[in-house]
Amino acid sequence: MSELPKARIATASLAGCFGCHMAILDIDERLLELMKLVDVDRSPLTDKKRFTQRCDIGIIEGGCCNEENVHVLHDFRRNCDVLIALGQCAIMGGLPAMRNAIMHSDAPLRECLDEAFVTGRYIRNTTHNVPNDPALPLLLDEVYPCSQVVEIDYQIPGCAPGGDIIFDTLSKLLTGKFRGFEREMIRFD
Amino acid sequence: MSGTRRETGFSFTIDGVEVTAYAGQTIMEAADEAGVYIPRLCDHQGLRHQGSCRVCTVKAGGRSVAACTQPAAPGQAVENETKHLNKMRRDLVEMLFHEGNHLCPICEASGNCELQAMAYRLDMTETTRFPYLEPCRPLDASHPDIALDTNRCISCGRCIRASQDVDGKGVFGYVGRGIHRRVAVNGENLAETDAEVTDHAISQEVCPVGCIIRKRVGFVTPIGEREFDQGLIGQEIEEKRK
Ligand code: SF4
Ligand code: SF4
Ligand code: SF4
Ligand code: FES
Repeated sequence: MSELPKARIATASLAGCFGCHMAILDIDERLLELMKLVDVDRSPLTDKKRFTQRCDIGIIEGGCCNEENVHVLHDFRRNCDVLIALGQCAIMGGLPAMRNAIMHSDAPLRECLDEAFVTGRYIRNTTHNVPNDPALPLLLDEVYPCSQVVEIDYQIPGCAPGGDIIFDTLSKLLTGKFRGFEREMIRFD
Repeated sequence: MSGTRRETGFSFTIDGVEVTAYAGQTIMEAADEAGVYIPRLCDHQGLRHQGSCRVCTVKAGGRSVAACTQPAAPGQAVENETKHLNKMRRDLVEMLFHEGNHLCPICEASGNCELQAMAYRLDMTETTRFPYLEPCRPLDASHPDIALDTNRCISCGRCIRASQDVDGKGVFGYVGRGIHRRVAVNGENLAETDAEVTDHAISQEVCPVGCIIRKRVGFVTPIGEREFDQGLIGQEIEEKRK
């Protein structure tokens, strides 16, 4: 019997805390099972910075807070058949999106940067400037969830999602058995 | 309820299940007693009915009605757990998420929140079709024991009715119209009102979301032991049927 060809997956972390990628490791020893089904292409897990081939599944952690995030997300949409938003940051902006609606502020982004680099109580920043090196990607006016930038096929909720829901969803998608989430597994936090 | 209600009982059906009701009971009250759960957000036991969130919409005689305000009628055939109704309820709940700023991972109510629990029950997991409105809404932490984070308010009016009818105070009330309608307090800020942490309106059960916050008690219950970690919203009503 010939072996089934392996699927290719890619992952990226945009405006998130990397917690969702850490949660992938919570799959624990079942990772070995998963690895029988997939090869990992572009991903922080392989340290590959570019796509080497078209992928079956792209997994995105985090939303878009700067132009590089948008670029990476478009790249994933172009190169992946199925795109999954993993975790609340990718789904609805999550914690980074707290800067979108800062109370009483006409310029929330400016206020956020000032607080972080200039006026904050515990800041030790001898330049008193907000970093503006040309190498830094340009910040967007707001943090956008992935679905507001490209079409997303599935979203796995949670902050971070548990290893069980990630494993369950991926293994079912890969074997064509995904029919939606088990209710007991759904958590938004 | 009057003591003579047993004599005026009649029956009707919800999804084909026979339910007994008494004159003056709403569809939801009869359903609750019979162990049939109808999803809801603005209605709360012990408070007068408001009928504003429409999450409890059922079909009665082919018409969409709010189960929390519609009186039960003899022989009526009510539809509740249908795919179509649950989809409409899910859309309503989803729109509530988009209308405010609901960041569950940082919310004190997470795990005990009825809005979140309703989203779980109604399977709100598809990618969204609505834009996030991200309104800039005020936070009032002036009171020594209570805070209000109106980013999470869903205008269910439960605090208004609890404060008026149970506490006899009227601390909360609506201001504005349409999408700008908000809950406000009857003073400069919460500290300037006669709100007390012991008021029914401030108790954990009245505000369905994380808008009314009792200070220094947040995040006390570990994840896994919070109310809706234990099971779906409404299950205590459904268990009555078993
Ligand atoms: S969803 Fe939570 S765990 Fe995942 S990246 Fe965002 S903050 Fe981190
Ligand atoms: S109020 Fe409920 S839905 Fe809103 S952020 Fe808090 S837990 Fe989430
Ligand atoms: S503060 Fe809470 S109880 Fe009052 S209207 Fe808003 S969501 Fe409802
Ligand atoms: S619960 Fe009936 S309209 Fe809100």
